[in-house]
Amino acid sequence: MSLFLEISFSAMANGLHNWLAGSISNATLVSVTEMAIAGVSLLLFLVPLCFFLGYMERKVAAFMQIRLGPNRVGPKGTLQIVADTVKLLFKEGLTPNASDKFLFNLAPIIVVVTSMLAMAPIAFAKNFQIWDINIGVLYVSAISSLAVIGILMAGWSSYNKYSLLGAMRSGAQIVSYELSVGLSLISIVILTGSLRMSDIVASQADGWWIIKGHIPVIISFVIFLIASTAEINRAPFDLAEAEQELTAGFHTEYSGMKFAMFLLAEYINLFIVSAIAATLFLGGWMPFHLGNWSFFNNVMDYIPGSLWFMGKTFLIIFIIMQFRWTFPRLRVDQLLTLEWKYLLPISMVNVIIVTMMAIFGWHL
Amino acid sequence: MELYDILFWVLSAIAVSCALGVILSRNPVNSVLFLILTFFAISGHYVLMNAQFLAIVNIIVYAGAIMVLFLFVIMLMNLNADVEPQKGQLVQLAGVISGGILFLVVLASIKTAKAEIMDKTSTDIGLISNLGKVLFKEYVLPFEISSVLFLSAMIGAIVIGKKEEVKTSATAKMEHVSE
Repeated sequence: MSLFLEISFSAMANGLHNWLAGSISNATLVSVTEMAIAGVSLLLFLVPLCFFLGYMERKVAAFMQIRLGPNRVGPKGTLQIVADTVKLLFKEGLTPNASDKFLFNLAPIIVVVTSMLAMAPIAFAKNFQIWDINIGVLYVSAISSLAVIGILMAGWSSYNKYSLLGAMRSGAQIVSYELSVGLSLISIVILTGSLRMSDIVASQADGWWIIKGHIPVIISFVIFLIASTAEINRAPFDLAEAEQELTAGFHTEYSGMKFAMFLLAEYINLFIVSAIAATLFLGGWMPFHLGNWSFFNNVMDYIPGSLWFMGKTFLIIFIIMQFRWTFPRLRVDQLLTLEWKYLLPISMVNVIIVTMMAIFGWHL
Repeated sequence: MELYDILFWVLSAIAVSCALGVILSRNPVNSVLFLILTFFAISGHYVLMNAQFLAIVNIIVYAGAIMVLFLFVIMLMNLNADVEPQKGQLVQLAGVISGGILFLVVLASIKTAKAEIMDKTSTDIGLISNLGKVLFKEYVLPFEISSVLFLSAMIGAIVIGKKEEVKTSATAKMEHVSE
């Protein structure tokens, strides 16, 4: 239809697959090569993404606090994050003497690997996914719940009371907020009838769920945003690394690249959470359509799906970044009260309402 | 050897060696971490059998929730040989006997069980829709009863937690008075 659709990402992936299948006869080798290519391209995508998110975080913070933010290194301060990375690379990676050295060095790797694994079922564009698994949504929630193991390992192996306290807080927080995240995901799964990411996106061809699903879906969208902000330990739920109370929480003892790994994982998690929200509630790579306005709809179709996806994802990232400078940090008891006394009951009732909507077909 | 066989053997080796690590490692935290790895290997087996749903539920429930709570408790208590009270000989003997009996039962059931070789390509019993149909059609009564069991366990935990709280506040009051 248009030039953009001709050279889409899925066409590139298909071309690569055909070329590999043609040049390598062994089917096993083909799939192994494809996995390697997918992994490398994921890394090549994630590193600039994290650079950009780091820059964006600083600029958004500056915007919220009416100051300029980084503006010295590079044009408009864009290279500031490169300078930071170089600084971290040259720093000494200390390992405390009393620590459990193996676990101490393993923990940042586990945290990064679990967050990278969760990228697998995310649909970046039409037919452009690493792994279109039939339980994509569950997969993401399972993998993202594993990050807490790495955090607990980091906190425990550091042999530092602040680290341990931070890890324990983070554990309690992630285990409790997982429930609300799961329930708000389930409400969309009920409406779609499938856990597969591509099916969920396809079900929004005639309208995004946040529009089609009326108020209950908006409620679950808001709950998802709150609970997933808590699950990725971002402010105002950053009790695990509350610097005024715990120095730096579970990564107090980490320095250099090992610390950078935690930072990397935080930004990847932020991206994943926003991508999931964009996929489930805002239609993923589906363009925005308005009823019968065929001219408007055609114009929207000309914008490639990957741009739609990235635009929605970064909108949600922008919102989550603004949370950080809008709300004060919660106390531990307030945190648990919010989840167990407010969010969980609301989302349980909400799931029942959404189920009724799906059964009686009340949604658009 | 196909990719399938290679993966099967690698996962089996990981599962068995990590299971050994659970019982052989001195540090309880390492034991729990080994157990998590074992669950991962078993989840890998589920994926090989085209049962992705079971694999993911295994990870969510065991590796993600139960093991995290285990880790939580063990790390907080910081168990080690100095703090841990040594068990008496009688208790150790009882443990060996009950463990041995369990081993016998498992061995007997494995011996009598018919070994069914799964057709690894065509099976789709682990897919979520098929699993749901089986659970809610053939096994609906056991399924519901076990959910009631879980509910009662949850309520029991809350009751015990509440009682503890009342007691501590009462003792705190008493301490306050005695001061």
